Amino acid sequence: MLDPGIILAGVLNGFLAGGIYVLVAVGLTLIYGVLHIINFAHGSLLMLAMYAVFYLWRLVGIDPYVALPLVIAGAFVFGFVLYRLLIGRLSHGRDENILLITLGLSIVIDNAALLFFGGDTQTIDVPYAGSFVELGAAFLPLPKIISFGASLLLCAVLGLYIAKSDTGKAIRAVAKERQGARLVGIDVDNIFAVSYGIGIACLGAAACLLMPTYYVTPSSGHAFVLVAFTIVVLGGMGSFVGAAIGGFIIGITEALGGLLLGEQLGQIGISLIFIVILLLKPTGLFGSKA
Amino acid sequence: MKKQVSRRGFVLGTTALATLSVPAIVGAQPAAVKVGLIHPVTGFVAYNGQQSRLGGTMAIEDVNKAGGIKSMGGTKLEALLGDSQSKVEVGVAEVEKMNEQGVAAYIGCFQSPVGIAASQAASKYNTPFLIDVGASDLIVNRGLKNVFRLKPGFGVCVDDGIASLGALNKAAGGIAKSAVIVHESGEFGTGTAKLLQGKLPSIGIEAKELIAHDNPTRNFDNIALRIRSLAPDIIMMSNYGNEYMLLARTLYQQKVNVAGFYSILGGGFNYKFVKEMPDVSQYMMDVNHWYNPKSAKAVALKKRVEDGGALFTFEVYLTYTNVMLLADALERAASADKEKLLAALSSSTFKAELMPYGPTKFVNGQNQGAKPGVMQSLKGDIEVIAPEEFASAKAVFPRPKLT
Repeated sequence: MLDPGIILAGVLNGFLAGGIYVLVAVGLTLIYGVLHIINFAHGSLLMLAMYAVFYLWRLVGIDPYVALPLVIAGAFVFGFVLYRLLIGRLSHGRDENILLITLGLSIVIDNAALLFFGGDTQTIDVPYAGSFVELGAAFLPLPKIISFGASLLLCAVLGLYIAKSDTGKAIRAVAKERQGARLVGIDVDNIFAVSYGIGIACLGAAACLLMPTYYVTPSSGHAFVLVAFTIVVLGGMGSFVGAAIGGFIIGITEALGGLLLGEQLGQIGISLIFIVILLLKPTGLFGSKA
Repeated sequence: MKKQVSRRGFVLGTTALATLSVPAIVGAQPAAVKVGLIHPVTGFVAYNGQQSRLGGTMAIEDVNKAGGIKSMGGTKLEALLGDSQSKVEVGVAEVEKMNEQGVAAYIGCFQSPVGIAASQAASKYNTPFLIDVGASDLIVNRGLKNVFRLKPGFGVCVDDGIASLGALNKAAGGIAKSAVIVHESGEFGTGTAKLLQGKLPSIGIEAKELIAHDNPTRNFDNIALRIRSLAPDIIMMSNYGNEYMLLARTLYQQKVNVAGFYSILGGGFNYKFVKEMPDVSQYMMDVNHWYNPKSAKAVALKKRVEDGGALFTFEVYLTYTNVMLLADALERAASADKEKLLAALSSSTFKAELMPYGPTKFVNGQNQGAKPGVMQSLKGDIEVIAPEEFASAKAVFPRPKLT
């Protein structure tokens, strides 16, 4: 039987991991909510953002947390332009085309990364990497606490922006009824690009918060995307709050499953909770019927 | 008086010369021997595969520069490059593809499961398969006559590693009584972990638990907590590069205090790791392939690789050495005929100058003289601590406590 202190430490670690999952999942669910497509390029774009953070640190010496506004802005512009120049144009207004384009993009980005960055593992060694906060039996690494706090703050800011700003209202209108939104004068194509840009900006933020404790290789983004897909479905596809709560549920389930059942068997916990919630509520925790 | 040559005249003249001389050159040049290099240059172990490919292509270049295979009239080696994509089925498909292209021998595949399946596929055609990297002893225990492994498998690495750990512990007053083994869940990690579990009691250390993890693993916090709750004296690791590095970093961040970290074939224990994370890697030990630091050729190759902007990792010099082993066999066989080449490899006494091995002697495809080294990260560098004849530093064990 595990010591209760260790279990508490596991729960706290699960919360910290969940913070990052939330940010990746929020970007994914926002893109789904508005464009009604699964962004298959999400993992590859996360990887690109991680390389951007790495090279800002390596070449210019910018700390990943200091780079946060820069990378968020850059990722937004990248996502916006990507949608405007490529995804929007090639899709011809058909959702299934967007799906295929993002899948193709993912393959191109992964292989281009391998060509330009090589397959080597790149890490950032910040001076505070070894700092920690002691809480009972738990040693919480300082970078993970910072990431958790920043992730929650960014999600709250994004939530407020979507709820209160004119662009946010337009995003919600397009998500709800794109034909109606077009009729009241909203530039739907522009909102699609803005939403895609915001989704990728979330990845930019996640990349800054991940790099002090993780590594980047051309395939490292995908490790987070599978779990983000699970969170999005669990929380309710397109639901902002669902993604946030789902992220923490998965983070804690993963931590406790790993502790009690072992790292491999522990992953079953995620699938079990996923199945149970979908059995009881097929639309996910906060999803509504289409 | 200077005679001017017009541009048109120059182009016409050189084209005519080239056209006339091509048949003569082609006629004089024997057909190249095709060497299939199958490595995972994409996928989750892409870096390791790229390093192997680097070593292999450098060696082929060196053989050709030195005049090719002299007993075959200066026949050159030609690399057929294959990407296993870190997947078993793709590795096998590469074997089939290269067979169609007339490959004389294969070298690969970094991952044990890919090497096992690919060499099995090559055995259908009786084509020699040289395992450059691939630790599982299953590779050479299937009775396949076409498989040769120059480097040691995990059995020898575990035996030598256990003996060295036992000696270290004895010298430290036997302070280590228990260990936790963290391993990747594939053939390499699981096989190594099981061997370790069985042999640790022989040096008075109990394996408290075997913890398996997948590739890739996002987060090692749970494993760090689990280890803390078990409070072992030693943590033993057997995993690929990314997970090795991430686990080491997490254990450091979670302040897991043990007498020593001792990995067997730790995929991430290399110059990059110890230089970029000197605090994390400090005092970590690893039983692994290592070049002979007293070999002038090894030192020269290291410089050449590093001057090219790459790291001199074990994948580079192991694949390089395997190409040289093949070239030596071709030289003695004086033919790329498969039967003759297999016979030349089986009776090989090749001296792997880069490695601390001694003359090659294959028994059931396994080189009997292959030995690993024991290394320790000390002050941002890698020092050899065993075997004694190659040691460059004295081991620090137990390690000072983390605060």
